Amino acid sequence: MLDFPRWKVISISLLLAFGVLMSIPSLLGENGRQYWPSFLPNETINLGLDLQGGSHILLEADPADVATARLETMEESVRAEMRRAEPRIGIGDISRRDGVLSFMVRDSTQVDAARDAIVPLTTGAGLTGQRDWDIEVRDDTRFVLTPTAAGLESAVENAMETATDVIRRRIDEMGTREPTIIRQGDNRIVVQVPGLDDPEALKALLGQTAKLEFKLVDFEADPNMVAAGRAPVGSQIFPYPDNPSGLPNIAVKRLGGISGDKLTDAGQGFDQQTNAPVVNITFDSEGGAKFARLTQNNVGRPFAIILDGQVLSAPNINEPILGGSAQISGNFSVESANQLAIALRSGALPVELKIVEERTVGPDLGKDSIDKGTIAAIIGTVAVLTFMVVTYGRFGMYANIALALNLFIIIGVMAMFNATLTLPGIAGFVLTVGSAVDANVLINERIREERKRGRRVIQAIEVGYKEASRAILDANVTNVIAGVLLFMFGSGPVKGFAVVLMIGIISSVFTAVVVTRMFVALWARRARPQELII
Amino acid sequence: MKLLKLVPDDTNFRFLKWRNIAMAFSILTIIASIGLVAAKGLNFGVDFIGGQMIQATFTETETAPITELRESVGALGYGEATIQRFGDANEVSIRMRLPAEAESRPEAANEMTEKIVAAIKADHPDVRIDGVESVSGKVSSELFETGAYSLLFAIIAISIYIWIRFEWQFGVGALFALVHDVALTFGLFALTQMEFNLNIVAALLTIIGYSLNDTIVVFDRIRENLKKYRKMDIIGLLDLSVNETLARTVMTSLTMLIALGALILSGPDVIFGFSVAMFFGVFVGTYSSIYMAAPILIWLKVGPDTFVPAEQDNPAAEKVGGPEQIG
Repeated sequence: MLDFPRWKVISISLLLAFGVLMSIPSLLGENGRQYWPSFLPNETINLGLDLQGGSHILLEADPADVATARLETMEESVRAEMRRAEPRIGIGDISRRDGVLSFMVRDSTQVDAARDAIVPLTTGAGLTGQRDWDIEVRDDTRFVLTPTAAGLESAVENAMETATDVIRRRIDEMGTREPTIIRQGDNRIVVQVPGLDDPEALKALLGQTAKLEFKLVDFEADPNMVAAGRAPVGSQIFPYPDNPSGLPNIAVKRLGGISGDKLTDAGQGFDQQTNAPVVNITFDSEGGAKFARLTQNNVGRPFAIILDGQVLSAPNINEPILGGSAQISGNFSVESANQLAIALRSGALPVELKIVEERTVGPDLGKDSIDKGTIAAIIGTVAVLTFMVVTYGRFGMYANIALALNLFIIIGVMAMFNATLTLPGIAGFVLTVGSAVDANVLINERIREERKRGRRVIQAIEVGYKEASRAILDANVTNVIAGVLLFMFGSGPVKGFAVVLMIGIISSVFTAVVVTRMFVALWARRARPQELII
Repeated sequence: MKLLKLVPDDTNFRFLKWRNIAMAFSILTIIASIGLVAAKGLNFGVDFIGGQMIQATFTETETAPITELRESVGALGYGEATIQRFGDANEVSIRMRLPAEAESRPEAANEMTEKIVAAIKADHPDVRIDGVESVSGKVSSELFETGAYSLLFAIIAISIYIWIRFEWQFGVGALFALVHDVALTFGLFALTQMEFNLNIVAALLTIIGYSLNDTIVVFDRIRENLKKYRKMDIIGLLDLSVNETLARTVMTSLTMLIALGALILSGPDVIFGFSVAMFFGVFVGTYSSIYMAAPILIWLKVGPDTFVPAEQDNPAAEKVGGPEQIG
């Protein structure tokens, strides 16, 4: 027992000093940190959203939406390829029912040519040569394209990757600090934005797909048919909530429109005549050329500006717009125009995202939680410390020093890993105070017992530590098992609790067993006690 | 200096004399808990049944006008709201089911929040919205599933660990003690109708860990004594083991209760339910270590030969200060 080599004392002390050092930046708080020398470690604990206020939003995409969008793109590609072929291949009876694309080649002699043109469309990008679609020819002339499972999977994967990037760009544009955006599972994205003033704006921005299209209005369509939602041949019906004519819908030409994804910039502005908020957009060179062509050929006719399947406005083309920039009018407020500008700048989402979970905490509640949690932690700790000294005297004092070091180490380790402290995490702290002394209680009770059985002081201490260690180990392993399961299955704040609990368990075994043992050994060597007050 | 001794030296309580009565009592409380859960149900939070919760503080009123709120929110036509005091008297939580269309149109949930907030603000301009939680049906059923699985896995994994470190009888004992603790905590929440949310699952897992802590300390002493006193009858040996660890049990339970008491009395409101569950768990966990885990060892015929085969001489036997005859 008395044999506690110097190297052990030094390495334990260094480890403790390191733990305490790591914890200081987190304890200093924002104001104190400016006086902290920069050459020392300056990692701090993150405060969870439930403590600093902010929004946690879980977005989910429906893989079926990706499949539908992919089918549409495939149809367009097939049409384009068939048109481009020399000689042109006539097709008809195109359908996208039941998740497959099918069409007829009018001239049966062209079936082979059609197949050759389609094959390149059906293999995935990249080197794997993975087949994304199965091609089947039925009754000699009917082509059926079925998406493969692997192809669909990689399409969902790509869509989610792109969606995550788009979401990140949008949130960065909002100018919030330190957002966390991570993919979760196959089709979900977690967005965490701390300290937000206006969660509604964030949700509106995330929920917007921002798919912009310009299509020519079919002004020859029969208004009654349009109102009833029936489209003339070659046209489509879109809802138009702010239609000045009062009709709920408008008919636009299927073909000849352009999409709004070829933008280099978008910004909120005001209409020069009406002074109403508008969104100004600038096309890239390709988009600009297309837009110029569209406006040149259709002067005097209206075209519809369609956002996410809804018509915003349908202005007349008064003159060709050649400069590559355009103005989107609609029933905007300054905020909603600004929001749309952000969404357009960051690109359209490849798939619609739905908010399936939202947790927003106001900054006042978070501050209240920190204050109350700190008070509870102080009261609990002081009471436990007092209780330990009253019960075990010198050994209780040692246990208390170990407990204090333990708390510093937990903070230090959490800071080192940039772990997040949540509200349940504070509860974890308080619980650690209650349970960390358990190891010392076990040891001290055992020493009492061994003394009672007539062992001499040094021997009693020795046996006490040795015999108690076994139960301490078993008890802590089961706690770690519970902690690991908490971490695996818990979500958000509960994970934070599990982290504190597990770090606390490991560091408390170190401080309560190893560190107190060092204290006791150093004391016993110096004092050579014949009697033990415990 | 005279040190405090909560438990006098050499206590000699015959705990296990009452084992049959205690076991009957335990089984009765477990059945009562299950009955309570079946009859009254648990007051699930939005984490587990989906829906929306708005937390609000009335900054210039002493007590939140709960009845009035119930009427004004109910008048919006979204169905009945569950409105409860939350922490101080001027703080409330308002829980609503999400409108049916919200599954296909997420904005619907948002619109509901805005309408409710607007309705409250119109009547009470001093209201401060502290938080909004909105969980869709799909996510909540996933949370429910993972919560249930984590409890189940924790109980099984820990019992297996005990089986490996001790013997199978001890694993069974631990299993029953854990089922007891979890069942009674469920019963408490059914009885009080406190909100049962994700934090409570965290509390249950912590209770499992703590209760085991206690059980292991007792088991460890039983194992030690089984090797030491090979002639002692099992009931006397269990009593001796419980008595020997009693001082520690009382000390640790007290430090835990002190820490948890501080959390209940002055801790954050959001984790009030968590703290209450843990406080309760410390009691049932301590009880179950003595009256659930230990008696099962008797019925499963644990004896001196469980750890050391009969023909071997026991090298671990100690001569120092043998026990007085007990029981």
